[in-house]
Amino acid sequence: MTSTVDPTTDEGVGESELGRARRRKEDEHLITGRTRWTDNIVLPGMLHAAILRSPVAHARITGLDVSEARGKPGVVAVYTGADLAEEQGSLPCAWPITEDMKTPNAPALAVDTVRFAGEAVAVVVARSPYEAHDALDSIDVDYEDLPVVLDLETAARDGDLVHPDLGTNVSATWVFDSAEAGSGGDVEDAIRDAEVIVERTFRQQRLIPAFMEPRSVVVDPTASQITMWSATQVPHVLKLMLAMTLGLPEHKLRVIAPDVGGGFGGKLQVTPEEVLTLLIARRLHKPVKYTETRSESMLAAHHGRDQVQKLTLAARRDGTVTGLKVELLADMGAYLRLVTPGVPILGAFMFNGIYKFGSYRFACTNVFTNKVPTDAYRGAGRPEATFAIERIMDELAVELSMDPLELREKNWIEHEEFPFDTVAGLTYDSGNYEAATAKARELFDYDELRREQAERRERNDPVQLGLGVSTFTEMCGLAPSRVLGSLSYGAGGWEHAAIRMLPTGKVEVVTGSSAHGQGHETAWSQIVADRLGIPFDDIEILHGDTQSSPRGLDTYGSRSLAVGGIAVVKAAEKVVAKARPIAAHLLECSEDDLDFEAGQFRVKGTAKSVGLTDVALAVFAAHDLPDGVEPNLDSEATYDPDNFSFPHGTHLCAIEVDTETGHARIRKYVCVDDVGHVVNPLIVEGQVHGGLAQGIAQALYEEAVHDESGTLLSSSFAEYLLPTAVDLPPFVTDRTDTPAPGNPLGVKGVGEAGTIASTPAVVNAVLDAVRPFGVTDVEMPCTPMRIWHALRDARGGTK
Amino acid sequence: MRITVTVDGTQYTDDVEPRLLLVHYLRDRLGKVGTVVGCDTSNCGACTVLLDDRSVKSCSVLAVQADGHSVTTVEGLAENGNLHPVQEAFREKHALQCGFCTPGMIMATIDLLSENSDPSDEDVRHGLEGNLCRCTGYQNIVAAARDAAQRLRENPAATEEAAR
Ligand code: FES
Ligand code: FES
Repeated sequence: MTSTVDPTTDEGVGESELGRARRRKEDEHLITGRTRWTDNIVLPGMLHAAILRSPVAHARITGLDVSEARGKPGVVAVYTGADLAEEQGSLPCAWPITEDMKTPNAPALAVDTVRFAGEAVAVVVARSPYEAHDALDSIDVDYEDLPVVLDLETAARDGDLVHPDLGTNVSATWVFDSAEAGSGGDVEDAIRDAEVIVERTFRQQRLIPAFMEPRSVVVDPTASQITMWSATQVPHVLKLMLAMTLGLPEHKLRVIAPDVGGGFGGKLQVTPEEVLTLLIARRLHKPVKYTETRSESMLAAHHGRDQVQKLTLAARRDGTVTGLKVELLADMGAYLRLVTPGVPILGAFMFNGIYKFGSYRFACTNVFTNKVPTDAYRGAGRPEATFAIERIMDELAVELSMDPLELREKNWIEHEEFPFDTVAGLTYDSGNYEAATAKARELFDYDELRREQAERRERNDPVQLGLGVSTFTEMCGLAPSRVLGSLSYGAGGWEHAAIRMLPTGKVEVVTGSSAHGQGHETAWSQIVADRLGIPFDDIEILHGDTQSSPRGLDTYGSRSLAVGGIAVVKAAEKVVAKARPIAAHLLECSEDDLDFEAGQFRVKGTAKSVGLTDVALAVFAAHDLPDGVEPNLDSEATYDPDNFSFPHGTHLCAIEVDTETGHARIRKYVCVDDVGHVVNPLIVEGQVHGGLAQGIAQALYEEAVHDESGTLLSSSFAEYLLPTAVDLPPFVTDRTDTPAPGNPLGVKGVGEAGTIASTPAVVNAVLDAVRPFGVTDVEMPCTPMRIWHALRDARGGTK
Repeated sequence: MRITVTVDGTQYTDDVEPRLLLVHYLRDRLGKVGTVVGCDTSNCGACTVLLDDRSVKSCSVLAVQADGHSVTTVEGLAENGNLHPVQEAFREKHALQCGFCTPGMIMATIDLLSENSDPSDEDVRHGLEGNLCRCTGYQNIVAAARDAAQRLRENPAATEEAAR
């Protein structure tokens, strides 16, 4: 189960569907262009919306003249914030992390003030998108500039305010203290008693999720139900939130997420664009489509990360860590979107990483600035936390002249100690850090690379080699509902599935987990094929439509398999349970005499059997059923996990840094991830690759940059550098397999692992390369310029 | 302006505005929605099609520039239900996740392979530099391109077709 997948064969382990590298069902239509992106949807009489966006970061709107635009060719209507003020309400935030959290009013269309560059100011509706965009030019807006609040630390000091009515830029302060929580000791004691203290401040730059499919929404209000198609990760949440915040009757709304071209948290939202399109379509009684341009997407779809992390690590001389104190400033941007305030809180539980030190305190201050709101981005909170702990562990290793792997080994939770109650108050379900690390170390050829590093240092090679270590665990499979409740999140963490047994022996599986590239159709088919003995190809997965899959909490936080997949297992168990008495009746035996295996009910010790699909047909005919049995095998299940699951792994990165140019090139990247049992190794490996790309990109390439007036400078793919095929190295990936004890598949979750682990591995490697020159930190992204500057500064500016 | 373009083997004659981009002509006028738009700066390559057998970003070509030429989109590759070798390779090697970049990647790969029938990993990475993928980390795309190269070398008939 641990070898790298050979995708040229359909064979997996044994005969089982689980663990088999099945080609994906969803690929056929994606590789032939028979796709259903939201922007492909065309409805009779459909109109097109275009949005005028604020060019300035903070201003009062003193004049807004749309009269000329109203007269432009093809224009049907133009709306301003004043036009919609009554009905648009405030965009929802579902996570009031504290009772006194400051939540600003967040209109979809700015009413009299704009608070970030890119905020929607007016909407034009026209017969064609070209005409709608043309008309934007003839809208006249007068802006009276207001002071722009950009820098986190300055903002937190409450000089100029983003929302003067709130009287502060601080939205909330949230604290976890292990002494108060009873999960550990007092960190101030640990710091006072420490033999070694390492203090560092790390900056998590602002990132743009940059899903490849721009956001798009189509609303058809012409039938008795309003139907919305949206490129969203969260059709169910979206439907509920639209109903609750706009006062729409929930049963009159249907939300469909057709093919969705990536999300990474960036489409986990109730967007202004969705709200506006809905309101406009309803007013005009016509279908309306809005599709953002890439530049609009960069400006107005939420960003991720953006934190300043101040850490104090206490340890003994022998390397034993005794405590960690974290003080965080987190940039909310100008408003609170769906889970904006909760993102740093998700990290609060992971700053201790895989280690078992005894005291911990986390305090987070959420701050408003004049920038587009932040919200979930791949890993949401956990990458930030993992980066911080893995970076500072390296700093401690340097301080103590210890090998970074040795330091980790000294502090990590040992395999026999699981389940393990952490200082941050979680119970880690299972793990084997020893096994993953040993394997990674071997694949990487760690000792050999260390030798080469020493040689290069010895001979003053202009190209230095750095080795970066990152060990990690994450909490995924969001989430036990009671935990979300205790954190004041507005909803639960269950997931729903239903299985419909069709008379011809085919099966429809309904899942509330809505996919956007993860391969649910394939993985869910494998699970059902395994549990019901139905052929893989006879199974159809229905998802992403609140009508066909009415209950669900969608896809984020690596919850699809570990929560949604388990709901499918539970529904399958119910199908078998319902079929059993009927099979017994058909076979004229007692239920206790029946075995169920590979789709067959068999009378123990005989050759007599009946297939589940035959039972389904018998149930459809209903000619001969046991008395009182309902003629229906369809089953549904709602699964609420008892705990998160905790994948882990060890990532090792070798990087070559040209000390003359500052250029860093990844030479080797090895990761061994443990995501528990695997349903489809092909899909898992793909997820790891994609995750690595995003994590490495944070380390080396990506950053949302604003100028001092708050204009986003990186507002296109020309300036915001997504890594290309040339920028990324080949990855060596492997796995260990420590099953999750908490669910019947033993699965954990993989979507975020690569992203979480890779950023610190790369940055640690960069620092390892340049440390002999006296460099102690390089801010992300570690561009050639930054590395070169760091080297120059460390050399005393002589170079 | 009146233009005549052959798209995926069918000839179309249409009146278009001079500023209409080829990608919008394909999508909005002809309903060829397999070709998608990912950016407005010609950086992402999602809109890549073949114009007279060479790959172009159809968001940086005007529909009128295609007048008298032939265009192949991802929808024109599979014939009678038989996938193009590059499509097959993408599926085999799990070279896509969300699939949004995929049509462009496939078209760019076809062009790359018509230039170089046996590219190294490095060649593929350079050849696809103009196409962004946010999901796969490129590794499986590189593997798919090389796998497709092998399929095409082993099956010259398909090579003919790919160069069509
Ligand atoms: S849409 Fe043509 S290059 Fe991005
Ligand atoms: S597969 Fe999603 S962008 Fe490439």
